[in-house]
Amino acid sequence: MTATLFFVQALNGLQFGLILFLIAAGLTLVFGVMDFINLAHGVQYMVGAYLVAAFSAWTGSFGWALLLALPTALAFGLLLEALVFRHLYDRDHLDQVLATFGVILFLNQGVKFVWGAAPLSVPVPELLSGSVEIANGLLYPVYRLAIIAAGLVIAALLYVLVNHTRVGMLVRAGASNASMVSALGVNIQRLFMVVFGFGAMLAGFAGAMVAPILSVEPGMGDNILILAFVVIVIGGIGSIRGAFLAALLIGLVDTVGRSFAPNLLRLVLDPAAASQTGRAIAPMLIYIFMAAVLFFRPSGLFPVKR
Amino acid sequence: MTQIAETQSAPTPSLSTRLEIIPVVLFAAFAAAPLLASFSGAEGYVLSLLTRVMIFGIAAMALDLILGYGALVSFGHAAFLGLGGYAVGILASHGFEDVLIQVPVALLASAAFAFVTGAISLRTKGVYFIMITLAFGQMLYFLATSLAAYGGDDGMTLASRSLVAGSDLLENDFIFYWGCLLCLFGTYALSRSIVASRFGRVLRGTRENAVRMEAIGFRPFRFQLAAYVISGMMAGLAGCLLANQAEFVSPAFMTWQRSGELIFMVVLGGLGSLHGAIIGAAAFLLLEEFLPEILHAVSFFLSEETRAHLAENWKMVFGPLLILIVLFVRGGIMGLLRRPHHD
Amino acid sequence: MTEPLLELRNLRKNYGALVVTDDVSLSVQQGELHAIIGPNGAGKTTLIHQISGMLPSNSGQILFAGEDVTYLSMPQRVDRGLARSFQITSILPGFSALENVALAVQARSGSSFQLFGNASQEKDLNAPAMECLGEVGLGARAHVPAGLLSHGEKRQLELAIGLATAPKLLLLDEPLAGTGHDESQRVVETLRRLKNRLTIVLIEHDMEAVFSLADCVSVLVYGRVIATDTPERIRANPDVRAAYLGEEEMV
Repeated sequence: MTATLFFVQALNGLQFGLILFLIAAGLTLVFGVMDFINLAHGVQYMVGAYLVAAFSAWTGSFGWALLLALPTALAFGLLLEALVFRHLYDRDHLDQVLATFGVILFLNQGVKFVWGAAPLSVPVPELLSGSVEIANGLLYPVYRLAIIAAGLVIAALLYVLVNHTRVGMLVRAGASNASMVSALGVNIQRLFMVVFGFGAMLAGFAGAMVAPILSVEPGMGDNILILAFVVIVIGGIGSIRGAFLAALLIGLVDTVGRSFAPNLLRLVLDPAAASQTGRAIAPMLIYIFMAAVLFFRPSGLFPVKR
Repeated sequence: MTQIAETQSAPTPSLSTRLEIIPVVLFAAFAAAPLLASFSGAEGYVLSLLTRVMIFGIAAMALDLILGYGALVSFGHAAFLGLGGYAVGILASHGFEDVLIQVPVALLASAAFAFVTGAISLRTKGVYFIMITLAFGQMLYFLATSLAAYGGDDGMTLASRSLVAGSDLLENDFIFYWGCLLCLFGTYALSRSIVASRFGRVLRGTRENAVRMEAIGFRPFRFQLAAYVISGMMAGLAGCLLANQAEFVSPAFMTWQRSGELIFMVVLGGLGSLHGAIIGAAAFLLLEEFLPEILHAVSFFLSEETRAHLAENWKMVFGPLLILIVLFVRGGIMGLLRRPHHD
Repeated sequence: MTEPLLELRNLRKNYGALVVTDDVSLSVQQGELHAIIGPNGAGKTTLIHQISGMLPSNSGQILFAGEDVTYLSMPQRVDRGLARSFQITSILPGFSALENVALAVQARSGSSFQLFGNASQEKDLNAPAMECLGEVGLGARAHVPAGLLSHGEKRQLELAIGLATAPKLLLLDEPLAGTGHDESQRVVETLRRLKNRLTIVLIEHDMEAVFSLADCVSVLVYGRVIATDTPERIRANPDVRAAYLGEEEMV
C-alpha cells in the first residue's frame, strides 16, 4: 500500500507546492523589479481567504465569492501600495522589513477586529465536492484536483505572460537591471504597480482557493510567507522559473517528508524512537534542504544575472 | 548590502561625554527601582515587569551589536531566546537544575547554532541574509513544537527557578532582579568593549564599506561570523533568564514575530548605541503593558462597547506606530535625545 | 634584469562575447613606476580589478614575487604585499581619516580578534597611521571624519590607506581623477617621493603626470597591450599615436 500512499502524498505535495508558487511568484517579481522586500505579502493570502469567506457567506456561492474576491484583493493590494509601500522603495532593506512587518501586525489584528479570532470555514463548492477514484480503490478529493489544475493553468499563463509579452519582457529586464529599464523611458513606477497588483492578486487567489480546505484564521499568511521566502531563496530571487521548481520541490519535500520520515527512520531506530524523531525532524526538512542548496549555490538554483 | 542609517562611529568628544550620561542614568534607574517598587504597593508587579524589560534589553542589545554595528539584519534572533529557554527547561526536567550547568550548556548551544546557521547565511548578502535567518529561526520554532517529550506546542512549566551552586536564592524576586541587572550590566560592558576594540572596529568598517575592508586585507566573513556567534550567545543568556522569570518555556519564545519585535526594539531605541536598545526594549514592553488602558482612556468619546473592543485589539495600534516610526523618526529615541544638541 | 615583481601572462576577462581585456602580458620590475595608459573603455580599471583580485580572470596567469596568485582572494593578495586604491573614492566615511589609515595598519599588525582594549587609542596603530598621513600631506586633517574631507583630500587619503598596508607593490587607479591643479601637484609630488621606495602600477589620464613620473609605459587599447616602452619611445611610437593619441596632442 505504500506506493499508493506515496502517490497520494505526492499529489498533496504538488497541490501545496502550486499554492506556494502562486505566493512566491509575486514576491520574487516584486523583489526582482524593485529590490523591495515585502513581508506583508503573506497577509494578501490571508486577505484573499477572508474575502472569499465573507463573500461566500453573503452570496452563498463560492464561484461568485471568488469573482468578487479577486478584484477586491487587487484593489486592497494597490491601496496598501499607495499608502505604505510606495514610500519605502528608496529606503534600505531594514526599513522595508520593519514597515511591512508593521502592516502584518496591523492586519493580523485587524481581521480579528472585524471577524473575530475564531477560524471561519468556507464550504467546498457543490460542483467540486466529493472524490474521484484515480487508481483502483484510491479516492482523491475533486476539489484538491481542481486546485492543482488551477495552479498549473496559472503557472502556464504566467510563463506566457513573462516570456512572450511586452510587459513580461520589461519585468524580466527590470529584474536584471532596473535602472537600465527606467533609462529606456519606461515608467518604472507604473511597471511596479502592475507587478505589485498582479502579485497581490495571485496571493489573494491562492488564499481564496485554499479557504475551503483550510481554516481561515488570523496569522494564516505568516507561515506560508516564510515558506515562500524559502522558495524564492532556493529558486534564486527574481526568477519565476526558479520559484516554480523550488515551490514544487518544497511542496514535495515537506509533504512526503512528513509522512515518510518516521518510516525511513524505522530502518535505523526502534519504532517508538523513529516515530518521535521522525516527527521532530520532518518539519525541519525543508530548512535543511534550503541550507544544503545555499551551501553549494549561495544565490539559489537559478540566479538572475545582475 | 543593506545600508544602515549613518551612525557616528567617531562622535566628537563633547557629544560623546554628553551621551555618556544616558547609560549612567539608565543603570542608576534600574538599581534604584527595587527600592521604589517596595513603596509602590504593587511590588511584585513592578519587579516582574522591570525584570522582563532587562531581559529583553539584553536580547535587543545583542541584536544591536550585529545590526547596528555590523548591518546584519538578523530576522531570527528569537531562536536564541528559545535555545536559552529550552536549555534551562530540558536540563531541569532531567534533574540538572543548577545555573552552573544550564548557562554554559545554553551558551554552547547558542554558539553552535549561530556558527552553523551564520556560516551558511553569511555566504549570501543583503536581503538573502534576512530571509535565511528568518527561515532558520522558523526551523527551530517547528522543532520545539514537535518536541512532544518537552511539551510540544504547549511548552513546559518549570518546577522552580534554577539553583545557584545548589542554593535556591533565585526564588526571591529581589535577588533574581539583581541577578538580571548584573547580567544586563555585564553584557553591556562587554558589548561596549567589543565595539571599541580592534574587532569592533573591523565590524564597523565592514558595515560602512566591505570592499574597502577586503582591499586592505581583512576577510569580513570571519568577523561577521564571530560577531553573530557572540550576539547569539548573549541572546541565549537572555533566554535562560526569560525561562526563569516566567518559570515556563514554550515555542512562543521563538516565534518569528518575536524576532521582528526585537528588531523593532532596537530601531525604536536607536540603532548602534547599545543602551538605545535597552531603552527601546523598555519603551516597547511598557507600551505593550499600558496600551490597552491608554486606548480605553483616549477613546472616551466612543460607546463603552467599542472602547472595550478597541482595548482588546490594542495590538492593531502597534502596526501603524511601527510604520510611522520607520517613515518619520530616523534614529529612534536616541536620535531624538541627540537632536537638540545638533544645532 | 632580475625576475619581475609582477608578471601578467595572457590575462583575459570577458563577459560573454564582450571581451574587456585580452591576452594582456606585462612585467613590472622591482622598484619601477609602471604606468598604464589608454583611451576610455580600454579596460584599464578592469585590469586593476583582475590584478588586485576583485574580479576573477577568465584565463591567463598573475605572478607576484614569483608566486602564482591568480586564484587568491583580494585579502590574500594584500597579505602578500599587493595593495590598491580605487578610481571611485572608497573610504569609510564615518571614520576619521586617522582611523581609516589605522585600520589598514591594524590589518597587518597582530590579531584583529581582540575584543578588549580601545583600538582608537592604540599607539602601535596610530603612530604608523599618522606617518602615512604625513607622507601624503594629510597630517593636519587626521581627526576629521573622512566623509567631510574635500575630494582631493579623499584621493590623498586613498593613497595613505594603500601605503599603510605596507605593500611591495601599489596599484593606483587614477589617483589624480577629479582633483584640482594644486591638489594634483601635491599627489604627484607624493608619488615622486614614493617611487624610490615602492613599486607602483599607475593608471592615469593626466599625461603630464604620467610622462614625468613613469619609468615605463604600457598602452592598452581595446583590452590589448599595443606597446610597452620608456616614456620617450612611447611618445614617438607611431602605432600609439595612431591608435590612441590621435585626438589629443602629446605633451
